[in-house]
Amino acid sequence: MGIETEYGVSVPGQPNTNQMLASSLVVNSYANRTSASGSRARWDFEEESPLRDARGFELPREPAVDPSAPANEDDLGLANVILTNGARLYVDHAHPEFSSPEVTNPRDVVLWDKAGERVMAEAARRALTVPGSKPVNLYKNNTDNKGVSYGCHENYLMARSTPFGEIVRNLTPFFVSRQVVCGAGRVGLGVDSRAAGFQISQRADFFEVEVGLETTLKRPIINTRDEPHADPEKYRRLHVIIGDANMSEVATYLKVGTTSLVLAMIEDGWFSVDLSVDGPVAALRAISHDPSLKHLVTLRDGRKMTGVQLQMEYFEQARKYVENRFGSDVDPQTADILSRWESVLGRLEVDPMSCARELDWVAKLSILEGYRSRDSLDWDSPRLELVDLQYHDVRPDKGLYNRLVARGRFDLVVSEDEVTRAMTEPPEDTRAFFRGRCLARYPQQVAAASWDSVIFDIGRDSLQRVPTLEPLRGTKAHVGELLDRCATATDLVDALAGR
Amino acid sequence: MATRDSGGQQHTNRRADEADEVTTEDNDASDLKERHEKLSEDVDSLLDEIDDVLEENAEEFVKGYVQKGGE
Repeated sequence: MGIETEYGVSVPGQPNTNQMLASSLVVNSYANRTSASGSRARWDFEEESPLRDARGFELPREPAVDPSAPANEDDLGLANVILTNGARLYVDHAHPEFSSPEVTNPRDVVLWDKAGERVMAEAARRALTVPGSKPVNLYKNNTDNKGVSYGCHENYLMARSTPFGEIVRNLTPFFVSRQVVCGAGRVGLGVDSRAAGFQISQRADFFEVEVGLETTLKRPIINTRDEPHADPEKYRRLHVIIGDANMSEVATYLKVGTTSLVLAMIEDGWFSVDLSVDGPVAALRAISHDPSLKHLVTLRDGRKMTGVQLQMEYFEQARKYVENRFGSDVDPQTADILSRWESVLGRLEVDPMSCARELDWVAKLSILEGYRSRDSLDWDSPRLELVDLQYHDVRPDKGLYNRLVARGRFDLVVSEDEVTRAMTEPPEDTRAFFRGRCLARYPQQVAAASWDSVIFDIGRDSLQRVPTLEPLRGTKAHVGELLDRCATATDLVDALAGR
Repeated sequence: MATRDSGGQQHTNRRADEADEVTTEDNDASDLKERHEKLSEDVDSLLDEIDDVLEENAEEFVKGYVQKGGE
């Protein structure tokens, strides 16, 4: 699994900033300084092509551009690099994006997602040192409150054999309701905030259909993009676009942990109950618009329940499923996900504010309510909108979430030491290990890389492409010793070819 | 701090002329009050801290935060 986040980018006081340039400046600033040698591997867009066809964009070495200057977008080499932790850091449309390396469990999603935040903060800091550049602020949120949304997408590897209809049927009600746990909170109702108020989710108002391929127009609750970045005979990559970008580690942990459990049940054909909801798109918004959590959605079987109760139905299914399949052999992380999920849902039922140490929307709402009562502010106050925005600022001193953590007001899942390591180190149990370690060990000889290949230029007639189509190969256990043994990429390529 | 002191004072005064079981209840109520006060003091100091880091000119700042589509 993995998670990819587009960050909001802004140059304060420069309303006409070219955001693609500003995003490129940020990404290039990080990339240029990270590889001491100055050489940088390109992203390989050609998944199946002959070697010399491996394409990418050559990047300008010095990103000394003024982001407020108008630019011809065609002239702009869109920044796109691979980091030694196996992640991809690039400019997607007009946003810097961090795509985490592939990981095998929810805790590691949290770790590399948080590392992505730190990479962004560091990138913006380094961009400041480029002569003539203005400060660039980065926000890990999902909307500008003026009609535009950008995403935080989750990816889950699933068996190709799972019928897609089953995924849609069982996952839709789950996605409609999971925001009560992993919503990031938002000031403003409607895509362009035309009405004042607070809602649970950043993204809910931007979803218009139940199933579809789009991600930018007519966004669907279930996305059908089918691009596995792995053996397509065996795997499907379920691309989830409905989630909010979370600052809270517990929220991210529960978001991907509970979703993984539901997907495991779907793959296993476990669901015997149908929790389908009438009008899921309207239900998604209605749940988001009611932070009191009292709104009742109607199930197709006629039952009415709140979003929390609907989540409780999924929790009960998951608890029985894990008990049935694993009994007392359950792994500690699955047990932990179940127990936190139950605890959070139970407390949301009784007193949502008791989750302020764990959930983004609750923590944000409690600050906002503090302001409302102290300063008698209405929901249309720009100050409240600013609190909403600045909650997501990635800077340690300016970001309100980061200030709450510094005051000990948030429960954490991973340690800051681990996060710092994850900025440069790949996970050890997926192919990201091979990709990341090759980048770290042979920076001059990696010509390009992508999710499913690493391409070496070792001075021979053609580039040498090493496919990595199997996500669970290329682990430390698999290639760690081999990489240690090979001092150069030439040694590695020869060893792999059996020479 | 002043509020908490006077709370303690009240408690002592009442103890002198009231029955023991009442004192126990009063103890709970006073604990609750104290907790509540501590909580709002905490929120107040949090808001003070946030006041210090919030960007200046909120209206202009949020108006200037305009994004292009992504995804």
